[in-house]
Amino acid sequence: MAGIVSPGFFGRRRDASPRLPPGQYLVRDFPVLSAGPTPRVNLDTWEFRIATETGEKRTWDWPAFQALPADDVTVDLHCVTKWSKLATSWRGVSVDTLLDGIETDAEYALVHAFGGYTTNLPLADLRGGKAWVAYGYDGADLTPEHGGPARLLVPHLYLWKSAKWVRGIDLRRTDERGFWEQLGYHNYGDPWLEQRYSAD
Amino acid sequence: MSVPLDGNAIAGALGELFAVDVSVARLECGGCGMEGVVAEVVVYIDAPGVVARCRACDNVLFRLVRAPDRAWLDLRGVAYLRLRTTST
Ligand SMILES: [Zn+2]
Repeated sequence: MAGIVSPGFFGRRRDASPRLPPGQYLVRDFPVLSAGPTPRVNLDTWEFRIATETGEKRTWDWPAFQALPADDVTVDLHCVTKWSKLATSWRGVSVDTLLDGIETDAEYALVHAFGGYTTNLPLADLRGGKAWVAYGYDGADLTPEHGGPARLLVPHLYLWKSAKWVRGIDLRRTDERGFWEQLGYHNYGDPWLEQRYSAD
Repeated sequence: MSVPLDGNAIAGALGELFAVDVSVARLECGGCGMEGVVAEVVVYIDAPGVVARCRACDNVLFRLVRAPDRAWLDLRGVAYLRLRTTST
């Protein structure tokens, strides 16, 4: 029964929460993964942009983004480097809200971040209450090392899809691979199917 | 905070792929043209893969992803890599 034995008693290999995908272990801290220097993004010039496949663009500056209706969500995070962190609390704008009223036939999304990072996913995975642009973590502003001022949050996929320092989403008719998807990592990245690496 | 390392941090991983000591190889950044040796690049290892960047311009020089049975090496950010070989 859960709770009798303290987590960690058996070491990382015996973690057995039903919320833990295969091959993952639980952490209580929040590891910082980074592929480059942490961008220091000025809120006075911050802008979030959605561009459609026809070239239509919608942008928000920081005050406009803060004025959008926000959700408080508690989600589990699964990193492809095998740690999982359960029940993390975020505040952010649902991508459904950002896409509301945007006309598109796009099936794919390419997410861009300050600093040059990119990641791709099907647009359907950003819809339906499954993805947010988050600016609050654990009751406070999201810190730069965890992706602040704002990051994408797509908790049902491995965490590399949840781009830190997000600055925009391109809606595309064709799929284009992002920073890690170009280089061996799985194009979709479902942690429950252990989709870590590409098949070829 | 993750603190970036220098190119010596990837000598072992690259040594597994190359039969020569890559840390002393010369390279030119494809972004800004700066020349240096692999040991001097800025390396981020706290990521799904290893990312090496130019010390002058932050351009991604190379990326290395290691799966249990495969490795991917991307060198598109490097203009050239000059490796020392035995005399022929
Ligand atoms: Zn450079």
